[in-house]
Amino acid sequence: MHKSWWKILSVVLLVYTFTAGLLGEVPKLPLLQETIRNLYFHVCMWFGMMILFTISVVQAIRYLRSFDLKYDIYSRQYAIVGIVFGLLGYITGGIWASFTWADQNKSIIGQFGSIARDPKLIGAAIALLIYFAYLILRDSVQDTDKKARVSAVYNIFAYTLLFPAIWIIPRILPSLHPGNPGAEGGNPAMEMDMKMRVIFYPAVIGWTLLGVWIATIKIRLALLKEKKWLS
Amino acid sequence: MDEPEAKVWNGLFWVIQLFICINAVAKSFLQESRGRMLYFYSLASPVSFVLAKLIFNSLLMLLMSLLSLFLFIIFLGNPLDKATQFIGLTLLGGWSLSLVFSFLAAIAAKAQQNAAIMAVLGFPIIIPQLLLLMRLSNAAFAPLLTISSTTVLLLITMDILVIMLSVILFPFLWKD
Repeated sequence: MHKSWWKILSVVLLVYTFTAGLLGEVPKLPLLQETIRNLYFHVCMWFGMMILFTISVVQAIRYLRSFDLKYDIYSRQYAIVGIVFGLLGYITGGIWASFTWADQNKSIIGQFGSIARDPKLIGAAIALLIYFAYLILRDSVQDTDKKARVSAVYNIFAYTLLFPAIWIIPRILPSLHPGNPGAEGGNPAMEMDMKMRVIFYPAVIGWTLLGVWIATIKIRLALLKEKKWLS
Repeated sequence: MDEPEAKVWNGLFWVIQLFICINAVAKSFLQESRGRMLYFYSLASPVSFVLAKLIFNSLLMLLMSLLSLFLFIIFLGNPLDKATQFIGLTLLGGWSLSLVFSFLAAIAAKAQQNAAIMAVLGFPIIIPQLLLLMRLSNAAFAPLLTISSTTVLLLITMDILVIMLSVILFPFLWKD
């Protein structure tokens, strides 16, 4: 019980997110209207993804410091759950964009190109592609120790170069996505009122804890499978 | 008369640069035999080895960049407005590409000596730099646009970051 308090916290926060997020009051902003409720889901997915990838890199560094294969398994599982969060972020973002960016009177196929070219979307795609490449790299090396070492090195290298890609470049290129100077509406996450903040921050914590929870279950499974390798 | 317009010229140029870099730099690590790596291992420290590789690949890529720029101008015409600045950007871009791909070649060399895996690993990492380079060099075609020095500084910072990462991380790849 004393170790599972954060799992309970995660469930409580997510129940709160769903009830308060779907029923609570939101400011009626032009264009956004009720879709702003997606903030509690879409933005949290990207926060969760970045936090999980960060944990994965920290585990990779720990592996290189100790050469304990346990940390390699941690690193891989956190990366996988991070990818799942990223894909969910894309889906929720796609739903949001179909109401706010897309023109309802035109066909979706005609507009897809201009929406998908947004720098923020490219940055997110780069993050996912890097971790897909990480998984491919892992599977292409046979030897367990070498696999762990090479993939940890790639993980650290790619993550460090990912940061400018996600945080700096979207600010240089013009974008429809909120969070840029000059973009229409500004960032809803930055300008939200108190009523939304008290739901948004617990939502981020709740979703991230859920991700960590899933990852720990996958880690336990992987450790059991690899038991013959680990002492 | 069949010359492409400036935007196409620019896009084509950087895509060709990318492929030149993959092919030129991949050789540096993938061609080394196991025995020769062992020989280097007994001779030099990993840091000096990776620095030597980076310097050699940078020089090779600078040469290749200038050569491909020369060929582009001869065969596809010269839509450049600021030729000297574009040459500078070409050198900077070639240098950035060669640094990133040198280190990726070192990683790929550990993964079954496979050149395809290097492209898979490299594309997502290089896209941001390529985006910045294309955007910067767009300004070299139009008389009214200026090349932003902050973006150039950002690219140089990223290059230094790559060098530092290579020096820190290569010793872990080195031991076998």
